[in-house]
Amino acid sequence: MTAEDGIRSLVARRAAGEISAAEIAAHYLERIERHDGDLNTLISVCAERARAQAEAVDAGTAADGPLAGLPLIHKDIFCTEGVNTSCGSRMLDNFIAPYDATAVARLAAAGAVTLGKANMDEFAMGSSNETSYYGPVRNPWNRDYVPGGSSGGSAAAVAAGLAPAATGTDTGGSIRQPAALCGVTGIKPTYGRVSRYGMIAFASSLDQGGCFARSAEDCAHVLGAMAGFDARDSTCVERDVPDYAAALDGDIRGLRIGLPKQYFADGLEAGSRAAIDRAIAELEGLGAELVEIDLPHTDLAVSTYYVIAPAEASSNLARYDGVRYGHRCADPVDLDDLYSRSRAEGFGREVQRRIMIGAYVLSAGYYDAYYVKAQQTRRLIADDFTRAFADVDLIAGPVTQAPAFRLGEKLDDPVSMYLNDVYTLPASLAGLPGMSVPAGFVEGLPVGLQLLAPWFEEGRLLNAAHAFQQATDWHTRRPPGYESQETP
Amino acid sequence: MSLTDDQVRNVARLARLGLDDARVAEHAGELSNIIDVFESLAQVDTDGVEPMAHPLDLTARLRPDEAVPVTTRDAFQAIAPAVADGVYLVPKVIE
Amino acid sequence: MNWEAVIGLEVHIQLATQSKIFSTAPTAYGAAPNAQASAVDIALPGVLPVINAGVIRMATRFGLAIDATIAPRSVFARKHYFYPDLPKGYQISQYELPIVAGGHLDITVAGRDKRVGITRAHLEEDAGKSLHEAYDRETGIDLNRAGTPLVECVSEPDMTSAAEAAAYARKLHSLVTYLGICDGNMAEGSFRIDANVSVRPAGSAEFGTRTETKNVNSFRFLEKAIHFEIERQIDVLESGGTVVQETRLYDPEADETRSMRSKEEAHDYRYFPDPDLLPVAIDADFIEAERADLPELPDAKRARFVADYGLGDDDAASLTQSRVLADYFEATVAAAGGDAASQGKPAANWIMGDLSGALNREGRGVDASPVSPSQLGGLIARVADGTISGKIGKEVFEALFAGEGESADAIIEARGLRQITDTGAIEGYVDQVIADNPDQVQQYLDGKTKIVGYLVGQVMKASQGKANPKDVNRMLVAKLDAL
Repeated sequence: MTAEDGIRSLVARRAAGEISAAEIAAHYLERIERHDGDLNTLISVCAERARAQAEAVDAGTAADGPLAGLPLIHKDIFCTEGVNTSCGSRMLDNFIAPYDATAVARLAAAGAVTLGKANMDEFAMGSSNETSYYGPVRNPWNRDYVPGGSSGGSAAAVAAGLAPAATGTDTGGSIRQPAALCGVTGIKPTYGRVSRYGMIAFASSLDQGGCFARSAEDCAHVLGAMAGFDARDSTCVERDVPDYAAALDGDIRGLRIGLPKQYFADGLEAGSRAAIDRAIAELEGLGAELVEIDLPHTDLAVSTYYVIAPAEASSNLARYDGVRYGHRCADPVDLDDLYSRSRAEGFGREVQRRIMIGAYVLSAGYYDAYYVKAQQTRRLIADDFTRAFADVDLIAGPVTQAPAFRLGEKLDDPVSMYLNDVYTLPASLAGLPGMSVPAGFVEGLPVGLQLLAPWFEEGRLLNAAHAFQQATDWHTRRPPGYESQETP
Repeated sequence: MSLTDDQVRNVARLARLGLDDARVAEHAGELSNIIDVFESLAQVDTDGVEPMAHPLDLTARLRPDEAVPVTTRDAFQAIAPAVADGVYLVPKVIE
Repeated sequence: MNWEAVIGLEVHIQLATQSKIFSTAPTAYGAAPNAQASAVDIALPGVLPVINAGVIRMATRFGLAIDATIAPRSVFARKHYFYPDLPKGYQISQYELPIVAGGHLDITVAGRDKRVGITRAHLEEDAGKSLHEAYDRETGIDLNRAGTPLVECVSEPDMTSAAEAAAYARKLHSLVTYLGICDGNMAEGSFRIDANVSVRPAGSAEFGTRTETKNVNSFRFLEKAIHFEIERQIDVLESGGTVVQETRLYDPEADETRSMRSKEEAHDYRYFPDPDLLPVAIDADFIEAERADLPELPDAKRARFVADYGLGDDDAASLTQSRVLADYFEATVAAAGGDAASQGKPAANWIMGDLSGALNREGRGVDASPVSPSQLGGLIARVADGTISGKIGKEVFEALFAGEGESADAIIEARGLRQITDTGAIEGYVDQVIADNPDQVQQYLDGKTKIVGYLVGQVMKASQGKANPKDVNRMLVAKLDAL
């Protein structure tokens, strides 16, 4: 077996008895053991649990679903019953989740095996995975560089072959950006497609679960099992999930692809631009029709997002008060001391910063000027997409302005870190599905092509990515030193 | 626009984040830089634009009024910092 | 100077749903601490609220009953503050777009009718309970109540006396229990009243500074608390002081209100629409279906009691104050048989007299009455048809109340209480009494005819109350006149 096999083949070979789930799990646990010391992609390794789950699959006592025996890594934002779920924070360092997130339960019901919990920016607030209480994740392509964030552990783990796939969440680009920076395929579906129940909230109107894998086809398999209606999430949409994998035909002839002129303006680094241009030319070569489009309110996305997301975060994180679970400061003298010290100790600097921004923009006298205004500009941004999708089937562009940056490079400059999210934020604000697809390299660091589709058109998105991957081999490249090993 | 130390203290108080003076000063500078970015919003004409609270323009799906017994108290309290007799404990609140 | 009070009430009405407003945990009162606090109620990381349809239905019915507008689109918002019995650090409430707006209630005080406006009624979740007394150095937190659905009903500042405020509160209480949306149990906190009180020079157009008196748990205390607060504010103003805007608590033992917090922190609740919840849409079809399904409400019932049972307005008002009592009354009249218009008055008298008295003595409500409407109706029928006298009726009632018989008839039979209709037997008693009371007979013959009452009493006594007093009177007078 090699990790190049793809999920369909892996699951089929296990079903045919060519390899056992226990052997598959052991293979990946061994790779984690060997490589994760350098990369720090995992906060928790669930070796025993994974072996037990795999054995149950082999014994036929576990769910025999479409992913039976497939090992997965969950971002540590998803609650996993009986396993520490830290959300990358000291606040939840001692939190053993007493229930499974819906996405976790659905994947388990499909037969997936949990290898561990992925490192992440604290409470998913960050674009470099440097805000984690558990230390930064390193990019397998160059360990001096960041993997992106906030789902950096998931992306880096898949890139390094520590798992065939991993879950992630995307609030303003937290799947697409690390996928791009680590050279893996990542999909953030439409807001409402994957249940948010049990997915620790950062910004409720933006958070959406998704996944990383080696290819669009693998993403289709994982997303198909993860997505679907959940009555416990009021914002989860009651709508059938198509069989994404079965629908992949790789035919994009006649597909109209919009290229937002704002995504190709100043700020896009030259090497990345060249890679994106080549990728787009490739899509055209496959029969797609390219159309320049205008998304005039793109430049408002950063301000809009950094008002709305912190506002919701300041509220969502109010529950961490040291009373019912999580970090409590030692010997609080009174209630105020319990609150202010537990929260000051439990939250890292970036989280505190965002909580304060959020409390500020919601506070008396500023609410209309910032929060209501941002909700209005959010609509302007979303309306840009509605107009564009009246004319095109997909939108393509860069994910980031440049490939991965060095660890520590932007840590002391939050504004520059925020501005870097400009290409991923607009689709998040509009709730649209998006992907990052490996599209080349600049000086040995991966570049991702971003694809966006109208609401609930994940199938169209995956098919375009699949078509691209049938014609290119960027997604098959492996970071030096992490090439997959044959199993016995 | 810049935030004064007092504004930062007020916001930290609202959010129950205990900050010493050094941290207050650091945050004042950083938060001011971020708030500056937001000033671009003020320039946008949003007259008549309906605020967008949600990506999807949907209305609430209601749940039938059916009670499900709770059997998880002990599991929930096993991860609590301080409990006694089934209640969560906090330092005495003086009314 | 003449002062005028301005009063508005905010009432928290706990909705009688099976499950909580945003979680499936039961709402039953009195469970072991935290035994009814679900993952959503204790705000575990990752949990999400889902709106209970029963809550929307009850709030809609309430809005219709106060003749208000039901918002076609209402929005839940988060209200932020830190307190240990508020697990999320915010309360889910409604702010800019409440479900009910612009209604009214009509009250009558000292014979004067008055309409009190209702500004709005919004939905929100209750907090948990803080147990301050149970531990020496700690406060205990019980989250069973967290997430219990509440309607907060906010009146206009239309009331000018403690009596009006109490009448409004009683009317509101009666309405929500009629609707079946609240159990009305004030001791358990199902109906909690906060009173906003201010005073101003009579005739002034401007409002004075108001105080809010919290959680008054009976109508009597409400009246006393408001009365105290009005007097206190007038004293403050007349001695040259100013009223401080603050929250106060009523202490029933001292019969006074007291400032609740020494250092009141300025609140900044940072309301914003809850992003975990979508707007609630209510369409006209739903509203009309609920309207059609509303029970008869107190005002309509009261008017019907006057028209159908020949009751006075006061009796009708008392009987319709609670739905249980009104239903008891109607069942009693039906059981009494005969003509509703003639049985209504005696039924009302029995219920508000002997029955209420007996129930009050035992501290029971009419819903726990040991005498059923059919038993009481049976008793009324026997008095009406002359089988027993009203006096014997009271004895039968006491026996029924004490559970000493299945029915009035059974008690009458068992105790031989049937009225004597045999003229011969009565005549015997009359003759005996005339023979035994020569002085009184002489007085009668001397023109002091009122003494006949004494003689009737003696006959009744001799007959052990079983003779018909009218018959006795007639026979006595005839015999005396013939002497």
